Amino acid sequence: MSDAALISNPNEEWVLPSRGIVGMACLILAEASIFVIFVVAYIFYMGKSLTGPTPKEVLTLPIFTSICLLSSSLTVHAAVSALSRSKRHLCSLWLAATVLLGGIFLAGTAHEWYDLIYNHGLTISTNLFGTTFYSLVGLHATHVLIGLIMLSLALWFSLRGQMTHEHTEKLEVLSLYWHFVDGVWVIVFLVVYVLGR
Amino acid sequence: MMATQTPPNEVYDAGASKPHRPLWLEVLHGWVTTVDHKKIGLMYIGYSLIFLVVAGFEALLMRIQLAIPNNHFVSPQVFNGLFTVHGTTMVFFVGMPILFGFGNYLIPLMIGARDMAFPRLNAFSFWISAFGGLLLYYSYIGGSGLYGAGSAPDVGWFAYAPLTSRVFSPGHSTDYWTLAVLLSGIGTIGTALNIVATTISMRCPGMKMSRLPLLVWLYLVTSCMTFIAVGPLTAAQIMLMLDRYAGSHFFDTQAGGSAVLWMHFFWIFGHPEVYILVLPAFAFANEIIPVFSRKAIFGYPAMVAASVGIGFISMGVWAHHMFTVGLGPGANTFFVLATMIISVPTGIKIFNWLATLWGGKIHFTVSMMFAIGFLFQFLIAGLTGIMLSVAPLDWQLGNSYFVVAHFHYVLVGAILFMLFSAFYYWYPKVTGRMLSERLGKWHFWLFVIGFHLTFDFMHIPGLLGMPRRIYTYEADRGWMIWNMIVSSGAAVQAVATLLFVFNMVWSYFKGAVAGADPWDAWTLEWSTTSPPPSYNFAQTPTVASRRPLWDLKHPEDPDSNYETEQSLPRTRQEENL
Ligand code: HEM
Ligand SMILES: [Cu+2]
Repeated sequence: MSDAALISNPNEEWVLPSRGIVGMACLILAEASIFVIFVVAYIFYMGKSLTGPTPKEVLTLPIFTSICLLSSSLTVHAAVSALSRSKRHLCSLWLAATVLLGGIFLAGTAHEWYDLIYNHGLTISTNLFGTTFYSLVGLHATHVLIGLIMLSLALWFSLRGQMTHEHTEKLEVLSLYWHFVDGVWVIVFLVVYVLGR
Repeated sequence: MMATQTPPNEVYDAGASKPHRPLWLEVLHGWVTTVDHKKIGLMYIGYSLIFLVVAGFEALLMRIQLAIPNNHFVSPQVFNGLFTVHGTTMVFFVGMPILFGFGNYLIPLMIGARDMAFPRLNAFSFWISAFGGLLLYYSYIGGSGLYGAGSAPDVGWFAYAPLTSRVFSPGHSTDYWTLAVLLSGIGTIGTALNIVATTISMRCPGMKMSRLPLLVWLYLVTSCMTFIAVGPLTAAQIMLMLDRYAGSHFFDTQAGGSAVLWMHFFWIFGHPEVYILVLPAFAFANEIIPVFSRKAIFGYPAMVAASVGIGFISMGVWAHHMFTVGLGPGANTFFVLATMIISVPTGIKIFNWLATLWGGKIHFTVSMMFAIGFLFQFLIAGLTGIMLSVAPLDWQLGNSYFVVAHFHYVLVGAILFMLFSAFYYWYPKVTGRMLSERLGKWHFWLFVIGFHLTFDFMHIPGLLGMPRRIYTYEADRGWMIWNMIVSSGAAVQAVATLLFVFNMVWSYFKGAVAGADPWDAWTLEWSTTSPPPSYNFAQTPTVASRRPLWDLKHPEDPDSNYETEQSLPRTRQEENL
């Protein structure tokens, strides 16, 4: 038999969404639902600790590191658009800036935790605040770390000249993840440092 | 007929390699390293079937224990382990992987794609889930660490706090349970992601969303639900691990933690999960019932809308598993109503299937018989579900054998029946041979009898107040005869299942040769050879309607004349074979 019946309009263009972006959107949805549960647990246990220290006593607003993290969303976006215009050196530069800003954020978290553990005696097992604080902020920091590793890899390829215009979409997928991580920080910041303090 | 398939000799370079029997090791290597969606799908199915037999065996042990009062066939500790491992296995290592196995195998074929969107992620997802299953059973050996063998997780499949804390569950068996579920969740999310990306981004030309086979639509909905449902489970398992190993207090009531919070988190996963399991069964029904009624499915758009509706509503009903906790009148009312509303889209589906059957020329193949069994049994199970969703009734029936009967009615009577139906329907495509219809009829009737003996009568001890998860009972409770019947039905089902396994093996060697399209069906998987070549389609197919093979077989009256963008009502007389 002929397969003429199967063909509708052979000339009609058939474009589908990029699978990378769809896949990343799915991953973000799944990750978001994990974060929601940790945020709910945080809010649910707010003010229910049986012993101190309380958030008010020990937490300080991480303004500077938050600004760093959020601005790294802009720099990663700049890196993608540089690559899409085939400006490879510019792309490397923006990627390096992103990694640097993300690194500052992580260092800030490390410093905060050090201070909490050694100067205020707050650990994950101290009270409900410690339990929910370290797990929520730690989960987010883990995501930052994973993102930083991926971005550093991208930077490495970019510096070696192995990243070209064709990789724009891949870098864009990675940047989506990074935007997500930054977006989550806005929520975590509001819940932990504003609402919960 | 085989429009999308060039004969193999045009594709292979005939002189390149002389045929030789591959060594066992080569075959094994081929399967372990494969990224082909069909092989991965089959590995999923094979692995679930093994676990189905294992968990079925556990069920038999429990039924032997409960058949007569004051029995000591197994010890109480072993019994607790049995129902925990049975439930966990059936949900995470039978139900999920077997459904994803079918999805993996069928979706690319049905949408005219060469493979899934991310083949390597696909292999990763399979192996990580498989590893999870092994971990669960490894706890039988390693659950007590160095202190001795023979301990299994015994906290129930929903593992309520604070029983899971280290004080009440020492040793490592609970940790193996946690890890097993966590890993299976990661694999599940990976596969669901793959299914969504494949469906959105890999469709062949002309396969618009409005022309997707309903099976693919339902897998799309199930996969989207998976992200939202499995995420919370993963989060809860991480919290549990932190509690057990890092000394945190999420579910530690002594430090102000809440045991009810765990219940919420678990059922936020748990209820959508039951719909994640049942939607693929609906998906099979949507393909199989029309083909054996010789009619196009009734109400395609309503079917899609109902599935999406179920997806959304099922996210907001979880606390009907918690009526006995005492949530207060406001929450109780909300969850009663939400639960009842879900029967509306479910009812729409049932009516659509009935309307598809109505006036059709029904072919009573074994596959169709299982599908019809599914319809009736799913209806009854839905009705007992509505009974349980009435909070005051649930206060009476909650945690009794009535609940066990309700959910086994769905899981066995609906999902497993539809799985059997799917096996009889697609086995010819996968192996190139038909399953024996004669053995199949025996399988069907024995299974129906066994099923109804077990699960119809299981409602009664529940109504008489027999709690679930008890190890044994006194003779004077009036539960004895019912338990005896329930247990004997289990034996009948076991025999029927063995018959099915035998049929699968026998037909593989001796079954009638199937050909590409034994059922005269309409979706793209039947346009390629049975079994399909590793590249699926030699030429990428192009479609113009929901039933591309109908169009191909009836060029004088193609579906595309009737399915317009606005989906005008169909006016043509359906096929009269
Ligand atoms: C669609 C397929 C369904 C499946 C696979 C299913 C499965 C289950 C399972 C596994 C449980 C018990 C969980 C446990 O305690 O271990 C359960 C309980 C329950 N189901 Fe279903 N169910 C389904 C449909 C429904 C429907 C349609 C309704 C109501 C309209 C419903 C209402 C309930 C209620 C209220 C309970 C809680 C009973 C209790 O624990 O006291 N179910 N179901
Ligand atoms: Cu439920």
